[in-house]
Amino acid sequence: MSTRQFGARVQRNEDDRLIRGKGRYVDDIPLEGALHGVFARSNVAHAKITRLDVSRAAALPGVLKVYTHEDLGSLDMKMPLLIPHPCITHGRTQYPLARDEVFYVGQAIAFVVAVDRYVAEDAALLIDVEYETLPVEIDLRRAAEPGAPLVHADVPGNIAANLVQESGDVASAFAKADHITSITVHCERSTAAPMECLATAARWDEVSGELTVWDGTQAPIGLRGALASLFDLDEHAVRVIAPDVGGGFGPKIHFPYANEVLVPLAAREFGRPVKWIEDRSENFVHMTHERLQIHDIELAATRDGIVLGLRDRFLHDTGAFIPYGIAVAQVASCQIAGPYRIPNILVEFSCVYTPTVPVTPYRGCGRPQANFAIERAMDQLADELGLDRFEIRRRNFIQPEEFPYTRPNLIFADGLPVTHDSGEYEQALRALMDALDVDAFKADQQAALEQGRYLGLGLSFYVEGTGLGPYEGGHVRVHPITGKVFVNTGLTTQGQGHATVFAQIVSDQLGVAVEDVIVVEGDTGVYDWGVGTFASRAAVVSGSAVHKAAVLARKQLIDAAANMLEANPDDIELSDGRAFVAGSGVDGVTLAEIATASNPLRYAFNKAAERATQFAPAARSDGPPLAEGAHPGIEATDYYAPPHATWAYGVHGAIVEVDPMTYGIKIHRYVCVHDCGNMINPMIVEGQIAGGVAQGMGGAFYEKLEYDEDGALRNASFMDFLIPYATEIPHVEMIHQETPSPLNPLGIKGVGEAGTIPVAQVIASAIEDALRPLEIAPIRKVPLSPSLLHSYVTEAGLRK
Amino acid sequence: MKPSAFRYALPSTLRDAIDIRARFEDSVILAGGQSLIPTMNFRLANPEVVIDLRKLDELNYVRVADGVVRIGAMARQRVVEQNDEVAAANPLIRETLLNVAHPVIRNRGTVGGSLAHADPSAELPTLLTTMRGAITVCGPSGRRTIAAEDFFEFIFTTAMEPDELLVEAAIPALEPGEGWAFAEFARRHGDYSVAGVAVTLKLGADRRIDRVRLGACGIATTPALLTECERFLTGKSPSPELFAEAGTLARDAVTVSDDSATSKVYRQHVLAGLVARNLTTAMTRTDGA
Ligand SMILES: Cc1cc2nc3c(=O)[nH]c(=O)nc-3n(C[C@H](O)[C@H](O)[C@H](O)COP(=O)(O)OP(=O)(O)OC[C@H]3O[C@@H](n4cnc5c(N)ncnc54)[C@H](O)[C@@H]3O)c2cc1C
Repeated sequence: MSTRQFGARVQRNEDDRLIRGKGRYVDDIPLEGALHGVFARSNVAHAKITRLDVSRAAALPGVLKVYTHEDLGSLDMKMPLLIPHPCITHGRTQYPLARDEVFYVGQAIAFVVAVDRYVAEDAALLIDVEYETLPVEIDLRRAAEPGAPLVHADVPGNIAANLVQESGDVASAFAKADHITSITVHCERSTAAPMECLATAARWDEVSGELTVWDGTQAPIGLRGALASLFDLDEHAVRVIAPDVGGGFGPKIHFPYANEVLVPLAAREFGRPVKWIEDRSENFVHMTHERLQIHDIELAATRDGIVLGLRDRFLHDTGAFIPYGIAVAQVASCQIAGPYRIPNILVEFSCVYTPTVPVTPYRGCGRPQANFAIERAMDQLADELGLDRFEIRRRNFIQPEEFPYTRPNLIFADGLPVTHDSGEYEQALRALMDALDVDAFKADQQAALEQGRYLGLGLSFYVEGTGLGPYEGGHVRVHPITGKVFVNTGLTTQGQGHATVFAQIVSDQLGVAVEDVIVVEGDTGVYDWGVGTFASRAAVVSGSAVHKAAVLARKQLIDAAANMLEANPDDIELSDGRAFVAGSGVDGVTLAEIATASNPLRYAFNKAAERATQFAPAARSDGPPLAEGAHPGIEATDYYAPPHATWAYGVHGAIVEVDPMTYGIKIHRYVCVHDCGNMINPMIVEGQIAGGVAQGMGGAFYEKLEYDEDGALRNASFMDFLIPYATEIPHVEMIHQETPSPLNPLGIKGVGEAGTIPVAQVIASAIEDALRPLEIAPIRKVPLSPSLLHSYVTEAGLRK
Repeated sequence: MKPSAFRYALPSTLRDAIDIRARFEDSVILAGGQSLIPTMNFRLANPEVVIDLRKLDELNYVRVADGVVRIGAMARQRVVEQNDEVAAANPLIRETLLNVAHPVIRNRGTVGGSLAHADPSAELPTLLTTMRGAITVCGPSGRRTIAAEDFFEFIFTTAMEPDELLVEAAIPALEPGEGWAFAEFARRHGDYSVAGVAVTLKLGADRRIDRVRLGACGIATTPALLTECERFLTGKSPSPELFAEAGTLARDAVTVSDDSATSKVYRQHVLAGLVARNLTTAMTRTDGA
């Protein structure tokens, strides 16, 4: 019997190809005679376009066409609002190309199609645009105040949506409380900065009439639907392929971007392939952003630190449009109580328009902000009540016997009330305390202080609703020629390791080697039921679907093998790519032979096929070659729709040192205790966490998109917008805890975003702890630059 | 992020390079390309002609003789960094180079390119200035040598004439027993720094400071010589207090104002700390320390 692959540290199937540079990204698709597109973009934040003249650009040799909105015909329409919600009273989305008004720096105004990218860029500079600029307010708080300049003239107060949710009875909780803590926290606007920016290539095939679009998207099936609708085509005539994608992290789940409309349009008009590869400068002002939120959070507690009620009002910056609905804000609002019982919650948010790049989810999707708010508030509460930071958390945890724990009326992104399905929160906290040896640390901290060194310990407990529906499908088929197994889902992969983890799941059912399972995703021409890659859902939802399909395929294999071997199905074992009678010592049959034999054939195109042809002894039967209700080959499809999200969680802690000379931070230790249910592949889980922590470090220390007061993005390059290098990321010690989710057949919870969520709070609380002797004001904002820390210390000195 | 169209010249002698430069007013010199190419891709520079110096072996050398390290303009930063003869003659050079960007960038980046670029945040211009080095340039009317202190005039501005090329940098060797240090603070490893400080320190027979050189990058519109600190320290007996005082004195040399990520007072704080810390390091490396 082969060993179980689920849970094993299997080397990744995709690495050989990706590491050797054999990956195929959109720009690598060979498209002979391709034309190249470039967008001309607004360089003012908010203005009426008073003149738009593309004649000089269009006249440049090598330019085929310069599109403006006037050339778009029926496509000159508002793009869809992808996730409608009743609370969106003023939903606004943009046109593919600006009409007579621009709303942010970077908005597409015209699309140049030329023989190469160089000429196209030359031409874009020749487009003459005149603007009548309008007043702007970039500051989120001020933009939401009465009298602020409006982003959309017909949206009063710049409020796109407002949602109030109450779970329990908050007023009485606050009335009963011994103590109320209230703080305001602020997270900055950031960008996911994937290595590969956005990219689209398209070809209309004159012969087949098919539109093929290669696109660095996380949602090819959704995009296919949008394109079929926009271009009024039958769905079978549109094929969207997400080839290798160099990082997604959220913004690539959004569609359609202007390029996804203009590139196919130009390809149709010119009967030639067209390519648009976003460069980094554009990516900063075009691909969607996330993170800017301001939370005013209050906790009502007893003297002993039991939190009875929570009130959080926050502003969410949605940028100039709200194409992805309230997703980010809603997800933030549902994680606001963290792992704590807190029976009474009132959370209210406003999604505010500002004249900036639109906002859609970026890894974490509102959770980092919510985590920062609740965990900063818990630290503050502990401080005010004179309680230990670990102890106050312990006292408030939802206990193992309380699961499933529902927060009535707090509705999550799947339309269902928040229900934590399972967990061992206290055990995780204990594991962190042991790993960091908290008592020993306190002594070290004191000793260091006596030498003028500032050590601090920080922690953050997070929960993450993962594995959102509605559903995903899995398709499994045994190749009759090679016996390899072909697996498809409706997802895309951006390097997470799907080709390995889904293969592990299938391997366990079908007894084939992991490397003999070929996973193909992201191609609507291959498989086209499902949603996409987001919300830490691939393993949970598609993993479960693939598992269910593999179970069905297993049964088919066993039945067919039993028939071939004239044995009882109960005695058939699948292992090493073969089916055999357990304990018989006989070789049995290979998967290829079974798959071939299960497909009645007329032609003996190879040796194995002979056995399935009509006159072969094995194929003889009394009835028709395929029994009623049977299908040829070994093939199965099944689906998984989660009853609701499954809740992963964890706690991170760090020991840091602040250098009082430079205010540089050294992270001496970073420990992550986490629970994502059963792990399919711990190595891949660790990779996800490490990557997430790195992005979290970006948010904690560096990432801030700086709009000036006129709405220009001042740091739109990697020279000015800093993300951490590998040299800035500490070694992350990981402690795995596995509490299976009761919601799905494999007991899995998601882990894709987990690493990112708690980092800002870990760092803020650690630094605050380190600089406590200098009496700095509590830290309420990230990112934390050394210059900012210096100012905190200086201000504390002045106060004294 | 594609450059506008340009013509490309690949001369094989310095003479040819100078001729081409003289013929085309709107030309630029391409050395390692680590600063120039991004500028062209952002279309901040749109030259008509690009003159690539990579074939100029006559500018690709490193020589140590007569107490001077001579570096040809086209010597790659990484090559100089790894040259043991250079490190033996003047270990400050290697220590400084290790703070320039990342290895992959130093593999391409040249010493001449960094000096000609004249970024006041860059380490090499500060090294040259601190060491009272010299820079040789060559144009249609021949060669001339300019003291580093006079070479750097402003941000991205040097004393070179438009028709001149930078051909050599000369850095004095350290004297026996002379201590040295270069250290900087950057938010990320390999970034341009908030401030960086270069020091050499030599004690006299009386254990007093006989000669000290102090310079800084990142704090002004040119590489900054901290001459007041040098004067203050010379002739005094080294002590932690003295070094701290020198640090305090250095603060006034910061002339750049606040930017969005870094306040001026913070930069001053870092500079003061680095001056004191680097003096201490240099001190421990002096003879008999
Ligand atoms: C990510 C990144 C990080 C960096 N970090 C740092 C850092 O921390 N510190 C630092 O100092 N630098 C840094 N740099 C810049 C790098 O060191 C460059 O190598 C250096 O500034 C220029 O050298 P180059 O040979 O590449 O010159 P090029 O880019 O080819 O040229 C730079 C300029 O000098 C001119 N020029 C070049 N050679 C000559 C010559 N012989 N005569 C006349 N003019 C000439 C060019 O015309 C151009 O204007 C960084 C660069 C990058 C991309």
